[in-house]
Amino acid sequence: MYQQDTLDGNEAVARIAHKLNEVIAIYPITPSSPMGEHADMWSAAGTPNLWGTVPLVQEMQSEGGAAGAVHGALQTGALTTTFTASQGLLLMIPNMYKIAGELTSTVFHIAARSLAAQGLSIFGDHSDVMATRGAGWAMLFAASVQEAHDFALIAQAATLMSRVPFLHIMDGFRTSHEVNKISLLPDDDLRTLIDDDRVRAHRARALTPDRPVMRGTAQNPDIYFQARETVNPYYQETPAIVTKLFKKFATQTGRHYQLFDYVGASDAERVIVLMGSGAETAEETVRYLTDYGEKVGVLKVRLYRPFDSATFIKCLPQTVTRIAVLDRTKEPGSAGEPLYQDVVTAVSESDWQTKPVIIGGRYGLSSKEFTPAMVIALFEELIKARPKNHFTLGIDDDLSFTSLPFDSSLTIEPATTRRAIFWGLGSDGTVSANKNSIKIIGDTSQYAQGYFVYDSKKSGARTVSHLRFGPEPIRSSYLIQQADFIAVHQFGFLDRFDVLKAAMPGATLLLNSPYPADAVWDHLTLEVQQTIHDKTLKVYSINAYELASTLGLGNRINTIMQTAFFLLTDILPPEEAIASIKATIEKTYGKRGEAILRINYAAVDATLEQLREVVIPEYLGDRTRPPVVSPDAPEFVHHVTARMMADQGDMLPVSQLPHDGTYPTATTQWEKRAIAQEVPLWNPEVCIQCGKCILVCPHAVIRAKLADPAAFDEAPEGFQHATARWQGLSDKHYTLQVSMDDCTGCSLCVEACPAKDKRQVGRKAINMTPYLPLCNANRPHWDFFLKLDDQPKHDGIPLTTVKNIQLLRPLFEFSGACAGCGETPYLKLLSQLYGDRSIIANATGCSSIYGGNLPTTPWAKDATGRGPAWSNSLFEDNAEFGLGMRLTLDKQREYALELLQALAGELEPVLVENLLNADQSSEAGVSAQRERGSQLKAALTPMTNAKARDLLSLADTLVKKTIWIVGGDGWAYDIGYGGLDHVLTSGKDINILVLDTEVYSNTGGQASKATSLGAVAKFAMGGKATPKKDLGRIAMQYGDVYVAQIAMGASDTQTLKAFLEAESYSGPSLIIAYSHCIAHGIDMAKGLTQQKLAADSAYWPLYRFDPRLKAQQKNPFQLDSKPPKIPFKDYALNETRFRMLRQTNPKGADLLFKNAQEVIDTRWQSYEHLAQNLQPEEGRA
Amino acid sequence: MNPVSHTQLDLSTRYLGLELPHPLVASASPLSYTLAGIRQLEDAGIAAIVMHSLFEEQIEHESRTLDHFLDYGTYSFAEALDYFPEPQQFNVGPEEYLNLVSNAKKATNLPIIGSLNGVSPGGWTRYARYIEEAGADALELNLYYLPTDLTMTGSDIEQMYLGVIRDVKEVISIPLAVKIGPYFTALPHTATRFVHAGADALVLFNRFNQPDFDLETLEVTPRLVLSRSDELRLPLTWTAILYGRTRADLAITSGIHTHLDVLKATMAGANITMMASELLQHGLGRIHTMLNDLTAWMEGYGYDSIKTMRGSMSQQNISNPDAFERANYMKMLQSWRTDPTGTLSKG
Repeated sequence: MYQQDTLDGNEAVARIAHKLNEVIAIYPITPSSPMGEHADMWSAAGTPNLWGTVPLVQEMQSEGGAAGAVHGALQTGALTTTFTASQGLLLMIPNMYKIAGELTSTVFHIAARSLAAQGLSIFGDHSDVMATRGAGWAMLFAASVQEAHDFALIAQAATLMSRVPFLHIMDGFRTSHEVNKISLLPDDDLRTLIDDDRVRAHRARALTPDRPVMRGTAQNPDIYFQARETVNPYYQETPAIVTKLFKKFATQTGRHYQLFDYVGASDAERVIVLMGSGAETAEETVRYLTDYGEKVGVLKVRLYRPFDSATFIKCLPQTVTRIAVLDRTKEPGSAGEPLYQDVVTAVSESDWQTKPVIIGGRYGLSSKEFTPAMVIALFEELIKARPKNHFTLGIDDDLSFTSLPFDSSLTIEPATTRRAIFWGLGSDGTVSANKNSIKIIGDTSQYAQGYFVYDSKKSGARTVSHLRFGPEPIRSSYLIQQADFIAVHQFGFLDRFDVLKAAMPGATLLLNSPYPADAVWDHLTLEVQQTIHDKTLKVYSINAYELASTLGLGNRINTIMQTAFFLLTDILPPEEAIASIKATIEKTYGKRGEAILRINYAAVDATLEQLREVVIPEYLGDRTRPPVVSPDAPEFVHHVTARMMADQGDMLPVSQLPHDGTYPTATTQWEKRAIAQEVPLWNPEVCIQCGKCILVCPHAVIRAKLADPAAFDEAPEGFQHATARWQGLSDKHYTLQVSMDDCTGCSLCVEACPAKDKRQVGRKAINMTPYLPLCNANRPHWDFFLKLDDQPKHDGIPLTTVKNIQLLRPLFEFSGACAGCGETPYLKLLSQLYGDRSIIANATGCSSIYGGNLPTTPWAKDATGRGPAWSNSLFEDNAEFGLGMRLTLDKQREYALELLQALAGELEPVLVENLLNADQSSEAGVSAQRERGSQLKAALTPMTNAKARDLLSLADTLVKKTIWIVGGDGWAYDIGYGGLDHVLTSGKDINILVLDTEVYSNTGGQASKATSLGAVAKFAMGGKATPKKDLGRIAMQYGDVYVAQIAMGASDTQTLKAFLEAESYSGPSLIIAYSHCIAHGIDMAKGLTQQKLAADSAYWPLYRFDPRLKAQQKNPFQLDSKPPKIPFKDYALNETRFRMLRQTNPKGADLLFKNAQEVIDTRWQSYEHLAQNLQPEEGRA
Repeated sequence: MNPVSHTQLDLSTRYLGLELPHPLVASASPLSYTLAGIRQLEDAGIAAIVMHSLFEEQIEHESRTLDHFLDYGTYSFAEALDYFPEPQQFNVGPEEYLNLVSNAKKATNLPIIGSLNGVSPGGWTRYARYIEEAGADALELNLYYLPTDLTMTGSDIEQMYLGVIRDVKEVISIPLAVKIGPYFTALPHTATRFVHAGADALVLFNRFNQPDFDLETLEVTPRLVLSRSDELRLPLTWTAILYGRTRADLAITSGIHTHLDVLKATMAGANITMMASELLQHGLGRIHTMLNDLTAWMEGYGYDSIKTMRGSMSQQNISNPDAFERANYMKMLQSWRTDPTGTLSKG
């Protein structure tokens, strides 16, 4: 009997890969990152491979680097692997050609993912692996978690035998993140499949000076071609090798696979060909249809490359007359997608007398659902006399009319399967509870499957868990369409989403309700009440938040809701369920300490007492679901964005979407998420109007304006304002307002507020207050506030103090960043200062996700319609991308000036003169030039000659534009460092802002070269042993680069100075901004305090290096921090990333902390030296 | 260094079953936070060390903090389902503390008294056993609770204390000292109940946390003030009252700064005297000096052993036991008078 376990595809693959390799070179990328993380954890824990030695795991600086390291390790004879996806795989292509050309045995394990085209997507399809087809790698596709586990072994065995390198592919998310119960392969099975002689043969081919050979020669026209053809026999043999291994595997395990697995009627006339997880759905549907006598089948492609045409033909029933080939990729402009073309070729080259009709189409891009209804629609299409070729399946293509219609209400969910959907918040523990439930059920004789859908936001994020259980293995690789249990862990979701859409008649509905059971009904919308009536749902409720809070669990309601789920379903007998839950709690939380165990046990017991049935009355209320967006929203937001927000994006037809990936900005303002339990409330009597709360607010929900007192005459009731505390402006009134519906409740503002109420010192000028009693009154206040005039930048108050800057309208607002984010305050400041004339090149990472993830985006516009233009190219090329923008602006401006001079005779001379010689070093200067630009355009509009028309198209380039190159430390220190370094030496007027969180935050906290010595991170489990790269110091070496290291929490004044100086410097500028982060394991409300402690300990010294000072015979290096006041530990031990090491390896922690302190001391001395001694002649500028 | 060579005098004492060469014991302070510090205390001639306290809240806090931050932000966003690697094992409990106890026992010949600080019954009390297993010779249970709840009665608190003493006593076989505060309505009775519940010694007294106000920041700030000799009188009084009326050993832990303080404490009935402030302020050399001064005083006044003088000035051994009672209080007040200007002075 095989040991069974419930785990996801990533872990299923990583277990085998770790067993069968000696060297693992990795780089994080979604959705493959967990494979590398598992491997790293196991190696850190000393888990050996099949041969008893612990694999070496090495994180690299990019996937290109990982591929290079893999290539090198392979060349020297180690069994070597890597894990990757999407753009990461593309970065490996150059090495893949080499590895294949050198006939090197290796397997790359891929969680296949979309490629960035009109937009980035982290979700699954085969675009990435299809882009590598020319590299000469075998491609083995797994369709399920079990297959991914099995094929990881078969691929390794096959590559050793064939010498052809293998891509082992599973579908990103659908398989990599699906939790399923599988049979685990024991070591004996691995030994049976892996031939140690082949391993030794691989080793014997290694480069060694003991038997020197060379590879990687440069070849010429005389032999390159012939040499390229030498590999053919290896490819020809590979399918037979894989077949042989499949048979051996079947003998060993009882699980049978073939190169092409056919399922269906033996006399099928219609057959679908596809590969990956969609094949599971197709198989389930085919079995359903054949039970009804349909002559249909599905051919599941396992080994896609080398494509064995002969075997392919043999595997098809000879009765087939119609074939539909489904590709999970898009190759624009091709004669058909890759698998389709291969099938057409195979059939064409076959000796079939009557060849079947073949159609091909695309499905499932970016994890688009692929359901039995779609499979049935395709079979129906195949019946038609002229079935549609080059179709799409799963969307409504009303532009090119490629799509096949399908009945979205059609389901074939097996009756024996229990299905449950849970709507939760990321922060409430719903997903982790469901993962535990799957484990609990998986430990019985039942099979279990879990799949989890996440939100596009990082704060207040919604999760939807889909859980299936049953006596048979579960193949349904699509979301649950008919559920017999639905849990809504956030009562507010009932108003926002159609949570009962998938409820079956008679299903159970479990609510986490803030209201008692007898009051629940009156708080439901009419739509929900009607559905409960129509579907005769049984409703239960529990006030899980109140219970969790009482028990000391905070907002973690997972244990409570999990217990309620088991009590309300008969999946397990109640006593067994309770015992299992408690055992799981012990397993999950035991190592975190007894206190945690105790309160979770208490939660289980209390749930038994407090769960109540809601008696359903016959009457209906009259409150209907509120509209998704305000009636004032623009048309695009109404027709497109709002539908995405309401979970109806799948139904948007092709024609309604932009063709080139261009989307309007300023759309977060329409998505009122109302996720805060508490919000800041202003007390004007205590307020000193310093603006610090506004500066630090990560979501730009706190704002202030000055206006004439009369402007408040029409203010709504309760709108507060006070006499302005500004020199020379005491005739104005000041108001500070909070957009409570957009607030995340992080309370950074309260932490930053320096003003205390003298009568009650625990109160400040801004205080966290429950949201619900305030929200209705707040909305008209916020609307009125927005209508007050914005502070003009070019007129009046100098923009050199935090107090004054608070009045500028932020053009970065309401992002989806984490509550208390340490990055966004810098971006917001940037937007206030320069948003109206900035183009932003944003490296992939957190800032590109909260900055550019649909449906709504935070970069906004001012009252004139100006605002930041934003784009994300890639992770690795952002500095170059931004430099390219600068080159264009410089070139176009130069051309515009040339045209202006050429047309001078036809234009007003004074205007031309002023345009040519404009001083745009101040906001007033920029504003004046804008005005002149308008005059120029007015003058050019009637002119018809080519030069005039060209100048008209370029007139805006005469107004100063600012390029901001923005990204995180993963980009700046690691993957994009080469480009960044080059751009720093360009001499061009670009501004680089590095939001340094010291880890890869967006992919879950992997170590980067910015990670501090001693910090625990993924891939640095034992604490990072090397110091953080001193990026600023490196940049300063060039001499002509403006460099600043800042931390807003340590000095907001220095932060503001750095931005002003960087932007005004006409060469390259680099700002490195300390950004506290959720990945630091801190109370985010204390992020600013940590920033201050970082500076106080000299871990993060503040400084500015301004090359312009040399001309004034001054030291360009200004050390803005005072000598260290506290030791490193006093800062570091407030953070889990540092504290964790003391909890796992106290001695190691002591040593690393000692080393860290030494590095800090040395660096501080070096900076002090710089500040005291650097002479103007040092550096080349 | 051996500071005492006066063989004719017997400075030895017995506390919690431990034979100590003299009554100077180091109470919890930064001096015993590290093994190096503990070694220095031994070298300086201290008789025993009471380790710093392992707090109930500390054990719970570590556990809760770790749990909170390992879960915080997890399973919210598809690209970052968690933010930390989760190792196989955490030392969220008192491993570091236990290691220090264990290493101190291995590295020195000193009696090591572990210390636990907590008030509520619960699983944390099992750490008492771990401290014993780490090699501690005895355990001091530090009972410290600041009642801010208006509904909580004195009886509630005493019951809570008794429960903890019983729980701890149940899981250890080494002697147990209980460190208490002075603010009990009927201290002798309460102390006796503590002894009946399992206390082998009473340590007088805890010093209450009395935070200060920072008028610049308008913050309430913790402020540790080192003890002074005049703080001795409170434990001195109660030690003198308790001596001879309880089977428990007695220790004084506030206001021991000079050999005279040691003498007074011993005469009141203390088996040992504990000190930290004096050593922090004036260095470990004070141990040597105080022992020499103590010896010289005893020689000068004809005492041959500490045991002889122990309890000699306790309430039951002095001629006027009412010196510790109301009559003495009245006498003290009457010794002050007000002069015509209204100034209070000793008459």
